[in-house]
Amino acid sequence: MMRKASWQRWLYQNVGFATAVLLLTVLYLTYNMLHPRGFSSAVAIQNSNEAAAIAFVAMAQTLPVLLGGLDLSVGAVMTLTNCVASELLNGPAWQILLGMFLTLLTGTAFGFMNGCIVVYGRIQPIIATLATGAIAIGLALLIRPKPGGNVDDDLSWALTNSVYDFADTYGLAEGGDAWWLRPFADIPVPVILIVFVAVAVWVPFRRSVTGRTVYAIGSAEGAAYMSGLPIDRAKIAAFTLGGFFAACGGLYLAIQTSSGNADIQQAGAYTLNSIAAVVLGGTSLLGGVGSAIGSLVGAMILRVISFYFRILDIDPLLQPLIEGVVLLVAVSFGAFRTLRVKNQLDLFR
Amino acid sequence: MSDAIVEYRGISKFFAGIRALEDVDFACRPGSIHAILGENGAGKSTLIKIMAGVLQPDAGQMLLEGKPVTFPTPQAANDAGIVCMFQELSLVPDLSVADNISISKPPRRFGLIDRRAQVARAEELLAQVRCEDIDPNALVRELSLSRRQMVEIAKAIGRDPKVLILDEATSALTSRDVQTVYDLLAELKAKGIASLFISHRMHEVDALCDTLSVFRNGQHIETFAKGEKSEREIVRLMIGRDVEAQFPPKPAPKPVEERGEELLSVRGLKWGNRLNGIDLSLRRGEIVGLGGLDGQGQKELLLALFGVLRDVEGEFLIGGRKRLASSPAAAKSGRTRIALVPEDRKTEGLMLGMPIADNLLAASFSKISRGPLIDPLLARKAVDEEIERLRIKIGSSADPVMTLSGGNQQKVVIAKWLMTDPDIILLNDPTRGIDVGTKQEIYRLMRELANEGKAILFYSSDYAELIGCCDRVSVLYAGRVVSEQEGDAITEESLVAASLNIGIEAA
Repeated sequence: MMRKASWQRWLYQNVGFATAVLLLTVLYLTYNMLHPRGFSSAVAIQNSNEAAAIAFVAMAQTLPVLLGGLDLSVGAVMTLTNCVASELLNGPAWQILLGMFLTLLTGTAFGFMNGCIVVYGRIQPIIATLATGAIAIGLALLIRPKPGGNVDDDLSWALTNSVYDFADTYGLAEGGDAWWLRPFADIPVPVILIVFVAVAVWVPFRRSVTGRTVYAIGSAEGAAYMSGLPIDRAKIAAFTLGGFFAACGGLYLAIQTSSGNADIQQAGAYTLNSIAAVVLGGTSLLGGVGSAIGSLVGAMILRVISFYFRILDIDPLLQPLIEGVVLLVAVSFGAFRTLRVKNQLDLFR
Repeated sequence: MSDAIVEYRGISKFFAGIRALEDVDFACRPGSIHAILGENGAGKSTLIKIMAGVLQPDAGQMLLEGKPVTFPTPQAANDAGIVCMFQELSLVPDLSVADNISISKPPRRFGLIDRRAQVARAEELLAQVRCEDIDPNALVRELSLSRRQMVEIAKAIGRDPKVLILDEATSALTSRDVQTVYDLLAELKAKGIASLFISHRMHEVDALCDTLSVFRNGQHIETFAKGEKSEREIVRLMIGRDVEAQFPPKPAPKPVEERGEELLSVRGLKWGNRLNGIDLSLRRGEIVGLGGLDGQGQKELLLALFGVLRDVEGEFLIGGRKRLASSPAAAKSGRTRIALVPEDRKTEGLMLGMPIADNLLAASFSKISRGPLIDPLLARKAVDEEIERLRIKIGSSADPVMTLSGGNQQKVVIAKWLMTDPDIILLNDPTRGIDVGTKQEIYRLMRELANEGKAILFYSSDYAELIGCCDRVSVLYAGRVVSEQEGDAITEESLVAASLNIGIEAA
């Protein structure tokens, strides 16, 4: 076998992800060209705010999908943590930080519970999380029967605008005017948050034995077991981390909207969109192939499509239809696999 | 044997009451290459699965370097230095070669997997097995089967084994790689590592091993040093002299011109690297056996004839048609109908949770329907007839099929296909794991069907069945027919010898 150059090999092994990045780039550049105020910080801030929550939830969905399952509770966990955050994110700074911590802990614990149910209860992820998702919504409704909440205004402003505004709000870096801040001043804070979570949490996870076991399970669980990998631990870790990402989404949503809302329909829509984003980002629903970074890209593609409706003056009623077509076209690429199968029985395995 | 590195005392293992291993004593010395021989189902696989921690013995004791041990998981066996390479590979297809080689204990830096060190380690181990051509960063999925097997070997070596178990490790290798494996095993032997070598290739065993153990029917028959016994004696040990089930009388062989019409003729059938040019002919009224060791292409051949495989090459003539069926649906309809009784009744043969009646009807709905609707009267009549004909013992035909015994389940599968009124019946090891009484009924049924003018192609891993049931037997080896035997020329010795592809002439 010829050795491929490393970039060729990367491309070969990550076709789905590369396609998604290309699609996103084309869509987003075109969008900015069509937009009257395209390529401006204001547009970028608005877009990133709208994409942040779904991006986190899509990352959350990635882990169960890599295992070969689905998590139907990600939207509900996001909603639950959103409601928790809307109660806790106020008061002095230490209290706000504690509130953030508790919010993230809620989601993480919920994910941990999902993992334990799947591993020790031996229940398929899809049905286990269907049930726990309903529980999460129930808890959210107990915490916040009516939409509303009390989120610190400064926090809300600082985290949903540019780096300059962040520094300005908290009087850092000479109120945002420091010379060294200039190169970053226009970057939207949500972008930094997402990149931070992805790099600080996902990348190390992927390079741990637990993370690799998640891929091995999705790819060939029997072989993973035979190789002596920690299967139970990896499954629990995957769901736990999924809960953490979903909580990041809920936390951000609370900060962005300054409120919490136990909205059942919103939770369902986020769950379904997260699955769409995961697939668009090149992760296989059969498990074993893909990454949370891909799902991030997939989530952004979904959002950029919706931005087009605003500037092109298309009837918003058409939005679900067009999103559906895009998703269908994207997943059809995955179906080419079946054309290469030599033993038709393999199609059913 | 106090110098043994591993020793097993009184190991027994049963599956649903059927004996897989009984009271086996077995030991292996450091620095030896020890072959385990036996027919299909002799208990070799069960033994190594117990050694590797995949199965737990029902009785008996394991000693490692003189100390009693138990291996509840493969991980525990690995940690103790017993490393097994299984026939079905234990590689993860979507991870890279380097990932796979260091899968459970990768090199780490700051708690995270150190990819550079991992690639270096993979390169080093691949160099040891002389596979520098394998790119450590390639995905296992991208590699051919023989390359994967070499990666598997590199992975096993990387675990620092005290005992290395190779289960058919060379079955997919090229001859150059086989030589590499030989050299490697010799090196390991010099280092005092024990290798257990399971192979169906007699010449490999001869070239490589210093000690041989023969298993038969779940029992350890004998262990001896290489050269103590001739190939013929070894074959005899493997067969044993057990009395086998009774078979219905075979009709006397007829001269070619009086035989039934040729229903199926295949020339040079090829599929991937599993089937390498098979010639076969099947006439009305005859039972043709497929012999050989497991995994020589028999199952693939049946699947190919039934239209399951794609891109099959060769010349075909099946009831006047020059093509193979394109799918099972096409195979079971048309002028010359084909039925396949599959190997695994639990997944491919039956819908376990559904009623017996629905299972029986599953392949022949068109026969009991009026227009788009199933006629319940016709359906009931057909079901009752078939239950009667095969004497299936049931409570009610509405019970789920999983409530039946294995033998009756198998009868349901066979009955289901007989209801389609096939001309050609392909049987894939139909008597595996069922009781002797039902086996005899199935043999009788096969002969009755042949007498009715059907053509039967019968794969069995049990040589006695092939001898007792078949008019002709084709023995497959490495995807080719290596021997065709007819009538009285079919003997256990000739079948075993042909299966191992060694040249002992039948007595």
